[in-house]
Amino acid sequence: MSVNAPSRRDAKRDATSAADARRASRPASGRPDGTRGPRESVISRSAAMLVMGVFTLYFLLPIFWLLVSSTKTVTNFNSTAPLWFSATAIQDTITNLGELFTRQDGIYLRWMLNSIAYAGVAGLIGTVLSAMCGYALAKYRFRGREALFNVFLGGVLVPATALALPLFLIFSQVDLTDTFWSVFLPSIVSPFGVYLSRLFAASSVPDEIIEAARIDGSGEVRTFFTVAVRLMSPALVTIFLFQFVAIWNNFFLPLVMLRDSSLFPVTLGLYTWNSSVNQYPDLRTMVLIGSFVSIIPLLVAFLSLQRFWRSGLGSGGLK
Amino acid sequence: MTTTTQRRRTATRPHPAKRPAGGGSRYRRAIAVFVVPFAVLFTAFYLVPILYAVWQSLQKIERQGTFGAPTQVFGGLTQYVLVFQNDVFWGSVLRVLLFGVVQVPVMLGLALVFALLLDSPLLRGKRFFRLAFFAPYAVPGVIAAIMWGYLYAPDLSPFSAVTSKVDLLGSGTVLWAVANVVTWVYVGYNMLIIYSSLLAIPTEIYEAAKLDGASQFRIAVSIKIPMVVPAIILTAVFSVIGTLQLLTEPTVFRQFTSTISSTFTPNMLVYSTSSVPNFNLAAAFSVVLAVATFILSIGFLRLTQRKDAS
Repeated sequence: MSVNAPSRRDAKRDATSAADARRASRPASGRPDGTRGPRESVISRSAAMLVMGVFTLYFLLPIFWLLVSSTKTVTNFNSTAPLWFSATAIQDTITNLGELFTRQDGIYLRWMLNSIAYAGVAGLIGTVLSAMCGYALAKYRFRGREALFNVFLGGVLVPATALALPLFLIFSQVDLTDTFWSVFLPSIVSPFGVYLSRLFAASSVPDEIIEAARIDGSGEVRTFFTVAVRLMSPALVTIFLFQFVAIWNNFFLPLVMLRDSSLFPVTLGLYTWNSSVNQYPDLRTMVLIGSFVSIIPLLVAFLSLQRFWRSGLGSGGLK
Repeated sequence: MTTTTQRRRTATRPHPAKRPAGGGSRYRRAIAVFVVPFAVLFTAFYLVPILYAVWQSLQKIERQGTFGAPTQVFGGLTQYVLVFQNDVFWGSVLRVLLFGVVQVPVMLGLALVFALLLDSPLLRGKRFFRLAFFAPYAVPGVIAAIMWGYLYAPDLSPFSAVTSKVDLLGSGTVLWAVANVVTWVYVGYNMLIIYSSLLAIPTEIYEAAKLDGASQFRIAVSIKIPMVVPAIILTAVFSVIGTLQLLTEPTVFRQFTSTISSTFTPNMLVYSTSSVPNFNLAAAFSVVLAVATFILSIGFLRLTQRKDAS
């Protein structure tokens, strides 16, 4: 899937929480479907719950299976019930985790750290640069501003997969393929972050505050880092988290750029392990537990992201 | 804080900013500090690669005699002629279009039903359902494909009663096996987009229908669905774009089945063409694909802008 496409949709998600907060603050009776009318029959309620229940299984059962499989050794993988924990689940999990983190000199941990470096550090730098650029585009008038913005906006529409190959050719001419930087540097750029930053800077940083800071003698750059960043922070967290996810999930760029397995992000690493499962059957357990461990940071990020948005929008920034 | 509707609108369409606080001349240095770092990286990692791909696609390899050293010379539209004559390329394009025609409506239909149920008074535990349905979005495509690959496998699957009888990774079914993975990951995501659009509908609109005794089903069909059409169009166009870029899931599935060729989707063809290596043809494939994607995106922007104007 396109990496840009999902992140382009975040603005929408932001609206969800805004509307949620709005709804929460409203008395329940104010909303027609907040009051449980007697007209809704037991049958339609049960049908609705049944549909949602069935699909809850569809969405969660695969993840649950992955969890259960992570607690099994190669030997009892086929001999025990596939969807429930075996009697030796706890010690088997510990064995598996030990094997996962020590196999090939602990390369799995290396992959996780690489992913965190690519997604976390590049995402963070990218967010700061996008915020600065979007802020300037929103708050200063200068020649060519709209043209510049439109060029960046055009970048939003370029699929990341279309960039990977030409980037590879360019990097190979300066001998930078198969290096940390070949994945890290391109990941920093997020035109969508600029687009969102501009929107949020325009709506959440009032011109009067910037003027006041000027009168107090604060320089422009200092004003941005001390005042504007605070006002934009809920939006910045949003931008960061979606850039983080886009980089973490990017498969094509590292696939094209990297040969040295010690530079792999965890997704590419697990992919290569899975390709040798036929020669080394015990790798299968490693692929499964490695997959499960690798999605934990993302699940945690998404849960805390939700909370942050709630509080960020609840405390309101500026009304 | 702006209201939700305004927020949504500004989110889908860039608004010219309000009167900026400063004129350019006085703050030239500050503006440079803010804009130049991003602009430099954008040029290096977006503009230059795009121009380079276009340039590559206009080159061709020429040999002096049969065994001569290959040299790259200007080839004009040679590569593009090859692209349009390439049956494998069009086969892969048709394959992902077939995929999109089936998978996108199924996925968005489910997303719409779930969003409507979340917005109706019929459900309890909405917060749980919202999180549960959204959770797969946190699973990277590679991991999702590996997981489902094992779930489909005849011998390893917990559903081997089914998978040992029906070959889910056979040549006739594998496209839909991939479609299921994509659906699994993205339904909850699209559900949230449509749901946020439902939340933005002013409640007064329901009052009259309520007073007239309309059922929830009736309200959903006659009022809610027409009002979230723009959100559905948005998700549809992004999904079609995503379909054209399909790469990760089928690439991973090649580890589970031999029924997926290295040219199964357009992007896989680009990758395998470049590993030949034939960078010029690969670049031409990429350019054609990117232009098609770009046209779709612009079409979407037009569509949503027209909605906003009315």
